Amino acid sequence: MRVTFTVNGSRESVDDVWEGESLLYVLRERMGLPGAKNACEQGECGSCTVYLDGAPVCACLVAAGQVEGREVRTVEGLADGGRLDPVQEAFVECGAVQCGFCTPGLIVQTHALLARRPDPSDAEIREALAGNLCRCTGYEKILDAVRLAASRKTGAE
Amino acid sequence: MRPLEYRRAEDPRRAVTAVAGRPGAMFLGAGTNLVDHLKLGVARPDLLVDVSHLPYDKIEPRPGGGLRIGAAVRNSDLAAHPLVRQHYPVLAQALLSGASPQLRNLATTAGNLLQRTRCPYFQDVTTPCNKREPGTGCSALEGYNREHAVLGASEHCVAVHPSDMAVALTVLDAEVRVLGSGGERTIPITELYRLPGDRPDRDTVLKHGDLITAVDLPGLPMAAHSAYRKVRERASYAFALVSVAAAVQVRDGAITDARVAFGGLAHKPWRAYRAEEALRGVRVSAAPGDTLAEATTAAPIAAGGAASTGENAGGTSTVEDLRAAADAELADARPLAHNAFKIPMARNTFVAVLRGLLREEGATR
Repeated sequence: MRVTFTVNGSRESVDDVWEGESLLYVLRERMGLPGAKNACEQGECGSCTVYLDGAPVCACLVAAGQVEGREVRTVEGLADGGRLDPVQEAFVECGAVQCGFCTPGLIVQTHALLARRPDPSDAEIREALAGNLCRCTGYEKILDAVRLAASRKTGAE
Repeated sequence: MRPLEYRRAEDPRRAVTAVAGRPGAMFLGAGTNLVDHLKLGVARPDLLVDVSHLPYDKIEPRPGGGLRIGAAVRNSDLAAHPLVRQHYPVLAQALLSGASPQLRNLATTAGNLLQRTRCPYFQDVTTPCNKREPGTGCSALEGYNREHAVLGASEHCVAVHPSDMAVALTVLDAEVRVLGSGGERTIPITELYRLPGDRPDRDTVLKHGDLITAVDLPGLPMAAHSAYRKVRERASYAFALVSVAAAVQVRDGAITDARVAFGGLAHKPWRAYRAEEALRGVRVSAAPGDTLAEATTAAPIAAGGAASTGENAGGTSTVEDLRAAADAELADARPLAHNAFKIPMARNTFVAVLRGLLREEGATR
C-alpha cells in the first residue's frame, strides 16, 4: 500500500509498504532516516522515539497505515540547518553518549520534556525518561545533559 | 509475519460488520499491544480494521454528573484532564503509574482495557499456553510464576490482568459502552472481565466484533477521596506485582462507605467486596499520636491475621481493623510456588492506601 505523511516538515509518499510493518521500519528502511533506532521492537527501550502529531511515541509500535496524513518528526528533524538543537549540544558536551544506540530516543524524549517543562526536577526527569533504556548504564551523564539543556533553556528565556 | 489486510474504518457500524463477519479480523486501536503481538506471533489476524481515528476522542461531562470517556482518548490526555484529576484522582494516578510516557501518548482507553496478560509464557509462542492455544496446557502453573495470580485462578490458567486503569475504573463502578452486531449495550466494568475457568482464551465477555466506544464514569462524590498505589520491581515502568485502588467516605468518625480493588492478584481487576463490607463502620481514630498517625506498616503482621468483623468494638485500633478487612478479602488466596509474597504485600498495600486516605479525610475535616 501507499502511505503519505509529513516527515520533518516535508510531505512524503512511500509505496509498497506492507500492511503489518511499523512506522520505524518505514522510516529506517524505506525513507533513509536511520536516526530512530531499532532495538527491542516492543516499546520497552524507547530507542525509536519520534514525535507523532507533536507527542513522542515508540515508532516500533505504530502500524505504518496509521500514520497516513499525520505528522512525524524524527531526531534528524531537530537540528536547525547546520546548528544542533541545544539538547543535542548538551548531550555532546556532557559525554552523555556512550555506544550511542539509545541517544536519539533520549534526545527526542528530552526535547519533548523541556518543551513542556523547561525546568524539571530530577524526579521529573527520571520519570520522563523511564521508558528510555541505556544498556551502557550511562544515566548520570544523561541526567547531567538534561540539566544542562534545561539550564540553558531557562537562562535564555 | 503472515500476510494481512489493513483497512481504515469508515464508520463504527461498518467496522463492527467487517470484524464480526470474519473470524480472523481484529480491531486495531493504537497498536501498542497488538503490533507487538503481530511481531511475536501471539496474534495472527488476517485483517486489521483500524478504529483509532473514529470520533471517540472526547472526554465529556454527562448530564446529571459523571464523565464519558471516548474509547480512543489517549491515556496521557485522560490522566491530565482537569476533571479527572479533581474528581477521580485514583484514575489519574493509575494511568500515570502505567507504561512509559511514549506508550501513554499512544495507548487508548479501549486498548488499555483489552490489553492481554504479560505472562511470559503467553508471549512466548514456543511454550504451551491455554490462553494463547487452548488445550496446550499452562506453563506457568509449574513454571516461574512469581508474577501470577493468587485469587480466582484455575488449573488451566494463572495469568493476571495487567491494566492499572481498569483497577481504578473498577472501584469507580465505570460502565463500558459497546457497539455490537445487535446494536449498543452497556456492561458494568465489574462484569466485563472473566475468571479463567476452563476458557482462559477469553479475557472478557465481549463477543467477536464487539467494539468498545466509551467508558462512562458515574458522578461519585467519594471518588474525590481516592488513591492508587502500585508495588513493582522498580520505581517506574513495570507491571504491578500488587496494586490497590480505593475510595472512602467518613462521617462522624467512622467509615460509612468504601470501595477497594486489587490489581496484580487475579485474571481480572479484583473488586474487594468482602473488605468493603468489613470496612463499613470502622471507627477512625483521629487524635494526634494515635495509631492511625503513627503505626507503621513495617510492624510485624501475623501470618493469616486475626479474623475480625470490622465492628471496631473490642478496643481494636483503626490499623488493626484495616488489616482485618484486608484479611477478610484475602482469606481465599492460594499462592503458587513463587508468589506467596503477594498475599502480605497485598494486605500491607491495602492498609497503607486506606491509612493515607483516612489521614487525608481527617486533615480536611
